[in-house]
Amino acid sequence: MKIKILVFGQISEIINASELALLAVNNTDELNKKLFELYPKLNEIKYTLAVNKKIIHENTPLNHEDVVALLPPFSGG
Amino acid sequence: MSFTQNNDRYHRQIILKEFGETAQQKLLNAKVLVIGAGGLGCPALQYLAAAGVGTIGIIDFDVVTITNLHRQILFSANDIGKQKAKTAAIKLAEINPEIQIQVYNFQLTNKNAFEIFAIYDLVIDGTDNFATRYLINDACAILNKPLVYGAVLRFEGQVGVFNLMDNTTQIKTNYRDLFPEPPNPLTTFSCNEAGVIGVLPGIIGTMQATEAIKIITGIGKPLCNKIISYNALQNSFYDFEITPVLNSIETFPQNELEFLNFNYEWFCSSKTNVSVISIIDFEELRIKEKITIIDVRERNELPLVKEFDFISIPLNELPNLLASIPTDNKIVFFCKSGNRSLKAVKLFNEKQPELIAYSLTGGLDAWQQFNNKN
Repeated sequence: MKIKILVFGQISEIINASELALLAVNNTDELNKKLFELYPKLNEIKYTLAVNKKIIHENTPLNHEDVVALLPPFSGG
Repeated sequence: MSFTQNNDRYHRQIILKEFGETAQQKLLNAKVLVIGAGGLGCPALQYLAAAGVGTIGIIDFDVVTITNLHRQILFSANDIGKQKAKTAAIKLAEINPEIQIQVYNFQLTNKNAFEIFAIYDLVIDGTDNFATRYLINDACAILNKPLVYGAVLRFEGQVGVFNLMDNTTQIKTNYRDLFPEPPNPLTTFSCNEAGVIGVLPGIIGTMQATEAIKIITGIGKPLCNKIISYNALQNSFYDFEITPVLNSIETFPQNELEFLNFNYEWFCSSKTNVSVISIIDFEELRIKEKITIIDVRERNELPLVKEFDFISIPLNELPNLLASIPTDNKIVFFCKSGNRSLKAVKLFNEKQPELIAYSLTGGLDAWQQFNNKN
């Protein structure tokens, strides 16, 4: 199972890329946990998760080739 | 207000078959409030005025600085030091003298928001801080006003429409469904700190004006329950479908009274564990005892402060200059809006955990507002 992850805003600086792939994550809680292990700085910031472009607020099951996007808030105007 | 048949000003949009005289009349009847005459507000205001939105309100308490000019294209070098809302109104009247422009040359707060918002059909958020964004969102949610949201940083922007019912799904969402809680200000950056490419707010602000025009005239498909993220470097757009948060009611003011009692500054800074001082307590403290006051803004930032003595150490120089800060008095760090000073206190207390240091809540913006009132 392969999940594609797209990142936005300051998250692309934390992971030093605009996208990455994770294998063997079954749901969004597992995905967050794995990301926190790989990039501890992610734990300090707030972001919203979208699975296949739909924003989710609870743990959501993931399927092969799902696209998860991580969107942080920013406030510049 | 009605436009005359021989008015050539709007000819090129009236001849669009989807638009026509009906849509033009709707624009002329519309009242749009633009909050913040900055990077997003300037292009939004220009296009809304040119398109013939009949009444435009502008809220901004700030003055034009030289660092605004690369992106806030309503202003010219001669405008430095002038009030943004008034200056923008003068420029807009030159673009289109046939519309009404209302200037609100003061800070938007939960005490004045309802009265102003009630006058308008639609609100455009072009502000630059989370406290004001949550305030605008909540007021629009309670009043059921469509809100066109935009935000920028560095090379990326977001645009979306809130409080607009999708007639097919009967779903209506807002900023709290996107970001239920504000981020920790110690981990976020403003354009003052992180920078922004000048054209980016031009693009996002223009998209906000486009959405406003679509909502008012009823043409096309507004960005209802959606947010678009734009990356200028990649030249890519990505859209997100917003779904309602079912338990957001717990933290969200539900009526005018709850809104009036909601402290947005606190809501957006309470999770930092950094000592803060309110404007009133700061005014008392600096009269009562000798304190060290430190300005962490960049050296060219306005307004100039003449009312009290302070040391200027821009935030990015602070890590190297921590040892030079006198430690015999209590220390108050301040900046423009109270965000960078939070980071300054954190940096200082990591080095000097036993010393008392505060961040001035709301910064110079709040301090000026307080002193104008008293």
